[in-house]
Amino acid sequence: MTDTLERPANALNVVGTRPVRPDGADKVTGRATYGADLTMAGMLTGRILRSPHPHARIVSIDTRKAKALAGVKAVVTGADFPSVDSDEAMGGEGGGSIRDLARNVIARDKALYDGHAVAAVAATSPEIAEEALSLISVKYEVLPHVIDVEAAMAPDAPVLHADMFTAGLPTKPDKASNIAQAHESKRGDIAAGFASADVIVEDRYVTAATHQGYIEPHACVASLSADGQGMVWCSSQGQFMVRTYCAKVLGMEASDIRVIPAEIGGGFGGKTTVYLEPIALALSRIAGAPVKMVMTRDEVFRASGPTSGSVMEVKLGATKDGKIVAADVVLKFQAGAFPGSPVGAAVMTTLACYDIPNFRIVGYDVVGNSPKVAAYRAPGAPIAAFAVESAVDELADKLGLDPFKIREVNAVRDGVQASYGPTYRNIGYVETLEAARKHPNLLAKLGPNQGRGVAAGFWFNIGGESTASVNINDDGTAVVASGNPDIGGSRASMAMMAAEVLGLPVEKVRPIVADTASIGYSMLTGGSRTTFATGMAVTQAAQKIVEDLKRRAAQTWDVPVEQVEWMDGSAVCIDGAKRGQALSLADLAAKSGNTGGPIGAQVSLNAQGAGPGFGVHVCDVEVDPETGHVTVLRYTAAQDVGKAIHPSYVEGQIQGGVAQGVGWALNEEYIFDSAGRMENSGFLDYRMPVASDLPMIDTAMVEVPNPRHPFGAKGVGEVPIVPPLAAVANAVRDAIGKRITTLPLSPPRIRAAIDAK
Amino acid sequence: MSKTHVSATVNGDPVEFLTEPGTTLLDALRDNLGLTGSKEGCGSGDCGACSIIMDGRLVCSCLVLAVEAEGRRVETIEGVASGGDLHPLQRKFLEHAALQCGFCTPGVLVAAKALLEANADPSETEVRYWLAGNLCRCTGYDKIVRAVMDAAAEMRQARAA
Amino acid sequence: MPHVVLMGSDCAAFAGETRAFDVEGATVRRMIAELEARYPGLGDCIERRMSVAIDGEIHQDALGEALPEGAEVVLIPKIGGG
Repeated sequence: MTDTLERPANALNVVGTRPVRPDGADKVTGRATYGADLTMAGMLTGRILRSPHPHARIVSIDTRKAKALAGVKAVVTGADFPSVDSDEAMGGEGGGSIRDLARNVIARDKALYDGHAVAAVAATSPEIAEEALSLISVKYEVLPHVIDVEAAMAPDAPVLHADMFTAGLPTKPDKASNIAQAHESKRGDIAAGFASADVIVEDRYVTAATHQGYIEPHACVASLSADGQGMVWCSSQGQFMVRTYCAKVLGMEASDIRVIPAEIGGGFGGKTTVYLEPIALALSRIAGAPVKMVMTRDEVFRASGPTSGSVMEVKLGATKDGKIVAADVVLKFQAGAFPGSPVGAAVMTTLACYDIPNFRIVGYDVVGNSPKVAAYRAPGAPIAAFAVESAVDELADKLGLDPFKIREVNAVRDGVQASYGPTYRNIGYVETLEAARKHPNLLAKLGPNQGRGVAAGFWFNIGGESTASVNINDDGTAVVASGNPDIGGSRASMAMMAAEVLGLPVEKVRPIVADTASIGYSMLTGGSRTTFATGMAVTQAAQKIVEDLKRRAAQTWDVPVEQVEWMDGSAVCIDGAKRGQALSLADLAAKSGNTGGPIGAQVSLNAQGAGPGFGVHVCDVEVDPETGHVTVLRYTAAQDVGKAIHPSYVEGQIQGGVAQGVGWALNEEYIFDSAGRMENSGFLDYRMPVASDLPMIDTAMVEVPNPRHPFGAKGVGEVPIVPPLAAVANAVRDAIGKRITTLPLSPPRIRAAIDAK
Repeated sequence: MSKTHVSATVNGDPVEFLTEPGTTLLDALRDNLGLTGSKEGCGSGDCGACSIIMDGRLVCSCLVLAVEAEGRRVETIEGVASGGDLHPLQRKFLEHAALQCGFCTPGVLVAAKALLEANADPSETEVRYWLAGNLCRCTGYDKIVRAVMDAAAEMRQARAA
Repeated sequence: MPHVVLMGSDCAAFAGETRAFDVEGATVRRMIAELEARYPGLGDCIERRMSVAIDGEIHQDALGEALPEGAEVVLIPKIGGG
């Protein structure tokens, strides 16, 4: 079953323009309601007691004093949650299971990281809730812990899960370890390849765990009534995902939970899972009242889902002309307390930009006593790209080739087999390289202590299930409802696509994000899928309405429907006796009762054909040799975007991804002390870029339309975070003449490298 | 512990509320007065999402105790527009697409308003350093800076006219 | 007779050393059923954890998709994104 549609034949009126977003006025006046902004009658405050130990057996929990405190209406521990045995996969590339999700939401027999939820209370005020936590006494048997990925892989490492035997190996090991899974991807003969190389580079790369850094902490209000009907108001990347996961963790029917999406204050993958919601529902059930739970920033860092820290080894061999003939890559990624790092995706994306005849890529998913990792914008890809793009830069340097030339020589093109298997079709990598190379920023001359770095990046983008419903109001305006939270401006794009098809001005189309009871299923907002997949459903629904409107006009005029065309928002009779007559959408809507009833259409689909995206970035930096401080002088990001439905929001996605990547490269990292506790769990010391850290971020959007989308759209949100780590590292290398292979490139590290010269 | 009575002026209106001594002004605004436009992003004065103007001074309301608002004049995001008319900063933010998730936006707008009241013609560098106390994770600040400078230009023109 | 290539290590264990298969089935559903019959557990694993790339286009959860004669069919691990 194909989802390809006829493309709108005429020039576009709405798609490609920059209208003001429909939710804008509420957002600039503080009126928009996010997860923590809802109040309900009788609402209680929920708080969580968290393990102070990174690894410990929970011997006993005594909640009696807490329960007896006046104002406390509910207390829960892991024992109050059903044991979930399903190792049904949660979806996504991590391979994490529902069972692990349930054990992460609240600890059962073991606390596996500092911050792991151990108990929770609901009380009539935040002060009483805090006091109740202090009255819960937990007996821990502290165990040795391990966080560093190579330490966790060592044969004598403390083992987190006695039932973890590395998957993906030819024979199952007989001893439990912390290596959840091994991945491997091979082509050709690397020994022969390296033997034929004129130049070989080999290095080891280390990155630290980083956080998505959304400014809005996790927040929800849950209300479970005595009849078993539940409601959750929360900010998440997918209300259907929240419903499913809560149902599974609590042993409830999904249909008994209605999840209402609040506005979301950033997600970037970190809100594609649940933390508070099942606990809030469990507390609400006991208390018989709604329960609000909001994470503090400290809890967000310690107890939500950062991305992996890693150790990587990359060896590349090339002939004199720049052709890479062999690549050997090892990726070791931290999964946190439960399996599910994005190392599998990293294995697939590592060499995706290059046409290399011989390679071997090995990846290890390794657990350790740190928070379970969650998705972070193109999960796994930025980490692997840091290593490979740094190595390609070293090769270019050794061969005396410019960084664009070496990438162009090895670039993947249509018809080339991707390193991850299928043959590429309709990709725009070479065009993107060109767009970056030709950008006027590259004419800027560099001064002393300044350097320029180039890097490329790849991400898949996904399609998936979406439902959209378009309904025409009696005055001829339209409402577009979908089930995807709007984290980047997608709501505006939905309205624009519907307006384009219907021939209405975009202000006459109102988009809404509906709850789980009011719209059919939609896969969550992530994987750069919303404009592509939900946009496809919206477009198809609008096209169905157009067909219906033509039929109604034909009926009104009593002519065959073949004589009716839809033009600029009106049905026009193009032939026969009634030729030249027109009926606008408003005319037809006003008389809809006469022509068959209300006008509307719903489309549910599973969008296929999401195309991959490529980015090529150029970063100019200046390094202060005395302090090691790096200033980003200039940044250029070229990306193939398919078709920019709303160009401002596509630019915004690119600029935001770049900013996160720059932070990852220069300053962000989880710092753990010897007791396994995060030392910098706040925004002062977990240092994300501020306005004075960045220049204007210049974007070059390359439009190679995706033939599988009615408007040629392709996912854009994730690609931009993939190149910056290496673009910045390569720029620093150019500036100081020495390569640093450990991130972040914070001032002490740069000073040490300069001093070591 | 009994609660303290606080009287203040918020967005031009007299308000009264009861609060615990340890409650922040941010929580009092949100929970006592229902003004949920100011947000908590960190609770430690590092992200600026709770930015308000108190007696003419830009502050993080999570670092101010509610009782400290006694007798003072407080301006929040809810008071930036004039009734139904958006402030030029708000209009320019929408025109320039200077917000994506919108969570940092109230704090950024209040901070930018304070900037333009102190300096009607800031350079790009001055805008960036003034807004360095407002974290944004979505936009990379590019369109925010452009919107602020464009609003400043419009406001200078309006004053000159 | 579609030729199917299996990438990644998520489902590799079920097929031993084999990474390429010739199948009769002309749809994704039939291909999976055939592989399940030949290598118990493999079809199930593919359905849960793999996407199917048909002539370069990646399909996720698309059992009804046709496998044209001579098409390039590659099974790759599912991607979720962030």
